[in-house]
Amino acid sequence: MQKITREVLIAKAEELLSNGTVSKVLGLKKGEFSYDQTPAVFTDIESMKKDFVFDDFSGANFSKYLIKETKKGEGKTLVFLKPCDTYSFNQLLTEHRFDREKVYVVGIACDGMVDIKKIKNAFGDGIVSVDATTDTLKVETLYDGVKEIAKAEVLAERCRNCKSKKHVAYDELIGEDGEVISSNRFDQVDELEKMTADERFAFWQNELSRCIRCNACRDVCPACTCEKCVFDNPNSGVQNKAAANSFEEQMFHIIRAFHVAGRCTDCGECSRVCPQQIPLHLLNRKFIKDINGFYGDYQAGEEVGNRAPLVNYTKEDLEPSEAVNKGDK
Amino acid sequence: MQRIGVFVCWCGSNIAGTVDVVKVAEALKSEPGVVHSANYQYMCSQAGQQLIKDAIKEHNLTGIVVCSCSPRMHEATFRKTAAAAGLNPYMVEIANIREQCSWIHKDMQEGTEKAIVLGRTAIAKVNLNAPLKPGESPVTKRALVIGGGIAGIQTALDIADAGFEVDIVEKKPTIGGKMAQLDKTFPTLDCAACILTPKMVDVAQHEKIRIFSYSEVEEVKGFVGNFDVKIRKKARYVKEDVCTGCGLCTEKCPMKKVPNDFNLGMDNKRAIYIPFAQAVPKIATIDADYCNMLKNGKCGVCAKVCTAKAIDYTQKDEFVEEKYGAIVAATGFNPISMDKFDEFAYSQSKDVITSLEFERLMNAAGPTAGKLLRPSDGVHPHKIVFVQCVGSRCASCAEKGKEYCSKICCMYTAKHAMLTRDKYPDTDVTVFYIDVRTPGKQFDEFYRRAAEEYGVHYIKGMVGKVSPEGNKLIVQGSDLIANKQLKIEADLVVLAAAIEPDKSARPLATMLTASMDTNDFFTEAHPKLRPVESPTAGIFLSGACQGPKDIPETVSQAGAAAAKVIGLLAKDKLTGNPCVAQSDELMCNGCSSCEKVCPYGAITYADKEFRGPNRTTLIRRVAQVNEAICQGCGCCTVACPSGAMDLKGFANKQIMAEVDAICK
Repeated sequence: MQKITREVLIAKAEELLSNGTVSKVLGLKKGEFSYDQTPAVFTDIESMKKDFVFDDFSGANFSKYLIKETKKGEGKTLVFLKPCDTYSFNQLLTEHRFDREKVYVVGIACDGMVDIKKIKNAFGDGIVSVDATTDTLKVETLYDGVKEIAKAEVLAERCRNCKSKKHVAYDELIGEDGEVISSNRFDQVDELEKMTADERFAFWQNELSRCIRCNACRDVCPACTCEKCVFDNPNSGVQNKAAANSFEEQMFHIIRAFHVAGRCTDCGECSRVCPQQIPLHLLNRKFIKDINGFYGDYQAGEEVGNRAPLVNYTKEDLEPSEAVNKGDK
Repeated sequence: MQRIGVFVCWCGSNIAGTVDVVKVAEALKSEPGVVHSANYQYMCSQAGQQLIKDAIKEHNLTGIVVCSCSPRMHEATFRKTAAAAGLNPYMVEIANIREQCSWIHKDMQEGTEKAIVLGRTAIAKVNLNAPLKPGESPVTKRALVIGGGIAGIQTALDIADAGFEVDIVEKKPTIGGKMAQLDKTFPTLDCAACILTPKMVDVAQHEKIRIFSYSEVEEVKGFVGNFDVKIRKKARYVKEDVCTGCGLCTEKCPMKKVPNDFNLGMDNKRAIYIPFAQAVPKIATIDADYCNMLKNGKCGVCAKVCTAKAIDYTQKDEFVEEKYGAIVAATGFNPISMDKFDEFAYSQSKDVITSLEFERLMNAAGPTAGKLLRPSDGVHPHKIVFVQCVGSRCASCAEKGKEYCSKICCMYTAKHAMLTRDKYPDTDVTVFYIDVRTPGKQFDEFYRRAAEEYGVHYIKGMVGKVSPEGNKLIVQGSDLIANKQLKIEADLVVLAAAIEPDKSARPLATMLTASMDTNDFFTEAHPKLRPVESPTAGIFLSGACQGPKDIPETVSQAGAAAAKVIGLLAKDKLTGNPCVAQSDELMCNGCSSCEKVCPYGAITYADKEFRGPNRTTLIRRVAQVNEAICQGCGCCTVACPSGAMDLKGFANKQIMAEVDAICK
């Protein structure tokens, strides 16, 4: 369950809409099932009271939606951001992707989000509804009746390794602000590093062979905001739409990881949306871990205007040869 | 479709010896776009160039590929040839089938195959080339010399004498560098100060030269002809324009226990000091690490005694920004640390010293006023052992020392030995050496005088261990000629420590985008033909920052660097490089990655109108490249996440086409 309820957020939206602070609200509405929510723009409080949802399945990071939303119409857009979302928000501002003046950010404390895929892994497909009002989820299945599972067991990977309960950007906060957490998020990367090159190749070949090239990871990624993505651009030389060969397995995700290196805030949206449960966040975390190791700890999006080590120069920078040597270990 | 001509050069037997040039010309004839293919003995000769010109006209060529030597040799030649025949010079590509092919292959078949691949690669690129036109940029007629030792001094004087303004940045409070610390100079034994200080005075008095002493280069932007440099003037807590250099403060300062770095810590100075009597500028400097007033606000004696009212405890570092057309690196050298050479007992005994410390002991202005006395007890040493190559030529112990020869040690050790024997004939002197290297005018004669006339014992062999015993030092070494082990009881041991580039050189090189070798010596543009230029245009090299050098060599190189600088500053305009970056505004999302990595500040942003969906207008922030500033380094093309930045003449597409051609 979330300590902050749907009703609290609707009340806040009502206040900001009625006093003219904002002209619209970015949020989620129910999809076919309660756990399957769809982003929506609300311009009046009635529609919000009817459709707006916020619960353990409201994990979406709304930062990226602001690029398009702030360019539409007059007035500010209200967005509710969890602590992890605020890092993406700052990173997008660093990259001049939208006008800060056109956004009103309400920071909301987060109690961790549930990954529906983990529930499906536990009980199979055919989940009719999930009651997440307590920390023991009641899952109504199509064939086996109601099952119970602890929230901790189906917590999304990024929440299990939550890196921060602290908002790095907001206009106002609901609930207490937390602290940056020292998480174990690099443990899995350590394990991959311990493998031999052949084992690692086999690991990724296996994971990436499931890719159906739906592009969801790219479309959701707040660091993927090119006007025209290289994978859609016939002039790029790497344009590729359908899974015609082993391109997905060998190139697509690697190219993408390189493109977002140094800018990825580790928000985990790529893995959240992947229908094939490919642990894409591990590619990004490897980059983050290396950058931290080579240049000192760096968190993308911590502050607006931060210069990522990969696009910065300091006299203490390590030489390329040192990076190669360190990488070998 | 291009109409490409291919010209395969034999380079006499340089290429034709291991590459079947006829076969290469034949094979490349069938590549896409190629309409003419020829081979000739020397393409760079007038006849060869005429061949190209005729072919351009006869076959209406739109692009040419010359398979020859490295583009560093003759790219400019063939571009001029093409231009003379009416072709845009940037439609010329060189396939390097000499340095990268014939010279490294022994087998004719292998060499021929590779030459064909290299030719095919260049053809693939020319197929995508477009004519380019260079721009022009102005030249700021002022030079910056970084380092105020003899190298920097000589370079600055020569440039200034030609009528150009020069600024010297020196990190120490005075110019003079290492030479100011030396006693006598080989092979003529004239006093270092006597020949250096007149030059220091010349610098101080020259109306075209400004000295930024106690200053460091903080930031370098721009490019050849147009560098923007930020200089940090470190706070010396003394007003430079007010201090008269009378030295009263340095006598009255109560803080007497400050290690004197000018004498390498062998005696003490005060917390406010002037490094030596002939310092330029002669201005006092407060050492903030030791000054009581700066540390805890108690004292203020120097301010009280200063009649000129020059002391200012509130002084802060100041920054000066200046434009330069050329920059000379003259950052010099230091002896390496003896920390890793425990076998010589340097850290255990005060009587084991380095050669530079020995210079100070012999110097009249040194800690012993020129009397040769042991640092431990002030007693005159009667037996001195000199050890050469300490840390030099250390191929097997690279982690401790240096692989290279430090070049100056043989000569200064001979000098030290000779001077000791001359002044103190009762002192016995032994030198351990690997080889004695004396290639220089009057050098071997000098060494032989030391050995033959002055009775210095030269022993071929290395010292294995020095161990202090009582007030003696037991030196164990081998005599390779007599083939026996020696044990010598010495009063003083002098180590000829290897020299290494100053530690400030590495970060400076990064700022200047100048390349360095693995030992942190600056790399020259060509080891033989361009020895005083860095590969980075507008950056020149003077003195030991480029490699170990003695004073005569340093002064010659300093003059050569000055000549190159003068040649550059004498020009009013420089022709730019048309291979600059350009942004595809339709792709650019204005993220600023390129702006952040651009070392030249060539990228700015503009809000531009674009057509949005449904006949709407969108305003987007997009990157703009200032072509006059862009140097075509390509950083932006790599940093751009959208692939919107590309380099004219080296487009991503062209490079991919080359890779494809190699992999075909």
